[in-house]
Amino acid sequence: MTKGSSPVQTISSQALGNGRNGTGRVTKEIARRAFRTMLEARILEEKLAALYRSGKIVGGVFLGRGQEALSVALGVHLRRGDIYAPLIRDQAGRLAFGDTILDTLRTYLGSSLGSMRGRDGNIHRGRPSEGYHAMISHLGAMVSTVCGGLVAKRFRGETGAVGATCIGDGGTSTGSFHEGMNMAAVEKLPMVVVVANNQFSYSTPNDRQFACGDLLTRAAGYGITGRRAIGNDLIDCLEVIGEAVAAARAGEGPQLVVADLLRLVGHSEQDDASYIPAALKESPLGRDCLDIAEDQLLENEWVTDTELSSWRAAVKAEVEETVGKVLREPAPDPAEEDWNAFSVVGRNLSGEDEE
Amino acid sequence: MSITYLEAIRLAQQRALAEDPRVFIYGQDIGAFGGAFKATKNLAKEFPGRVLDAPISEDAIVGLAIGAAVEGMRPIVEMQFADFSTCGLNQIVNQAATLYYRTGTPCPLVVRLPSGGTPGGGPFHSQSMESLYAHYPGLVVMTPATVEDVYTMLLEAVALDDPVIFCEHKFLYYHLKAEKLPEEALPFGKARITRPGRDATVVAYSAMVHEALAAAEELSQDGYDIEVVDLRTVKPIDTDTILASVARTGRLLVVSEDWPWGGVAAEVIARVAAEGFGLLDAPPQRLNARETPVPYHPALWGTHRPTASSVANSLRQLLEL
Ligand SMILES: Cc1ncc(C[n+]2csc(CCOP(=O)(O)OP(=O)(O)O)c2C)c(N)n1
Repeated sequence: MTKGSSPVQTISSQALGNGRNGTGRVTKEIARRAFRTMLEARILEEKLAALYRSGKIVGGVFLGRGQEALSVALGVHLRRGDIYAPLIRDQAGRLAFGDTILDTLRTYLGSSLGSMRGRDGNIHRGRPSEGYHAMISHLGAMVSTVCGGLVAKRFRGETGAVGATCIGDGGTSTGSFHEGMNMAAVEKLPMVVVVANNQFSYSTPNDRQFACGDLLTRAAGYGITGRRAIGNDLIDCLEVIGEAVAAARAGEGPQLVVADLLRLVGHSEQDDASYIPAALKESPLGRDCLDIAEDQLLENEWVTDTELSSWRAAVKAEVEETVGKVLREPAPDPAEEDWNAFSVVGRNLSGEDEE
Repeated sequence: MSITYLEAIRLAQQRALAEDPRVFIYGQDIGAFGGAFKATKNLAKEFPGRVLDAPISEDAIVGLAIGAAVEGMRPIVEMQFADFSTCGLNQIVNQAATLYYRTGTPCPLVVRLPSGGTPGGGPFHSQSMESLYAHYPGLVVMTPATVEDVYTMLLEAVALDDPVIFCEHKFLYYHLKAEKLPEEALPFGKARITRPGRDATVVAYSAMVHEALAAAEELSQDGYDIEVVDLRTVKPIDTDTILASVARTGRLLVVSEDWPWGGVAAEVIARVAAEGFGLLDAPPQRLNARETPVPYHPALWGTHRPTASSVANSLRQLLEL
């Protein structure tokens, strides 16, 4: 099928031009909330990197620097009762969906008071019973899991809920991703899948990852709606993803959003990302979404310079204070750990805990 | 009227659907068609919208079941053959099995695996996968050997809050019959002494229970009294019943249709050696399938898997040790 021939591949915001500031669905209130959350994510992640360098965080640190606009645009359009399965670079989306600076730090620093209690760490966190899925590392796996949550809601006759997940360009090559997308399409689920095409999967460039040229063309193959967003442009992301979420909520079936951007850090904090060519970093793709968003908010007079500095100061203070608190919290105690992977019911029935 | 093992599976699912609105069934060709083996025959008609055909996407099938379980549903997944569950392995062992430990959210789902060999099944429609799944913490693995057990244990599997791998044996589907279905069942995870004896213990499960019983019958002609223990559920494993049996007989043979490496038979022997070494009058033995893929031709297949006569031979050797 030639590019663009699909009847369901609807919107290319680039084709429509980028003159969307302050128009359409993006309200001052949403833009302010989104920006404030991006700021939280950026400042929190800078602190995470510092804590990692000083040896306070063990394991990996995977940051979303440069991808906050896209990530937050999904998070702010979801609401309680929706299902959200964020991935590696979604600190901003997570905070927008209701995760907290406190639980992020507890999970990274291994506090026993965090939602994962030291049993899992870093980005592998969530509260599945509240619709906030805890990703497993295996890329693509969360697509069908979100399908399942939506099927459950359909069984219960709950309408109006949306399920959403994110993935990178590399993750779209997994069989799991294809199976999940196809399943969502077959079941016509109210689902939004956002692909952050940051041009590299760890070190692998896109020309070694897929041969279809444009990931958006995949939407036609699945028989679902595809939309394109400018990944480092907050207003564009808010608009495109807002439309995608609204369409899914309105019963129009799965929505694939593909956004081009760059990650402005390594894959993890051990990676210097030297494989990303300087020319690409200096191209429009390499512009920092936080700078673009700040300009957009100021231009629209949705925020003042004074407000911005007070937000920055407030977020910094909150992060510092929370780090101090979490560092004093107890680590998990191996002697107290419940070394049993069965649930309470299974364990009581099995009697294995007597050993 | 007699009820087959397969019909008992169908009836258990019918009852689960009727009694619990959270139950739904998801798998390939299981809707109007009723499944490759007809284990869901007429259920789609009886329970509209709750017996759903799935695409050939084992990974996503299990993923969907996990997501639904997290939201409070009780999905039953039918794999068309146990062998194809490897395409859903990642979701089973990395997401379903880890979910409760990681997040505290239970993951109540059942994956039905039409398991084990039948004549002509060949390498990809014959596998026994209980050892593979039992390896992973967080999964319950059931291996019912009787019509009564397959019925009560499937209902038990649906009621459990943990993910259950339900290994139902295809060779038993049509062979085994019962007059009526039980209301009562042994407690979860309990093994059964199917045949009491004093000279040696055979621990078996699933189709191998019947080979063991036939072997025990054969040896009774020679005056030996063989005890047969049916594990019923291989994980959690009922070590107490096994040890109590070995305490009575002093000799142990474990029979499994699965391959020997790191399998259920090896696990049973490891436990008895570690916890009941002093009870043994002879080295514990195991009899597994041969260490090749499951062959297609009935003549090869019949020698690949343990049978009543190979179990009887192993028992004779054990009794002479
Ligand atoms: C199935 C699977 N294989 C390999 C990995 C290891 N891995 C983690 S992140 C990553 C790169 C992912 O790239 P992409 O999906 O483009 O996301 P990005 O890191 O660029 O945000 C790889 C290979 C994994 N997590 N899952």
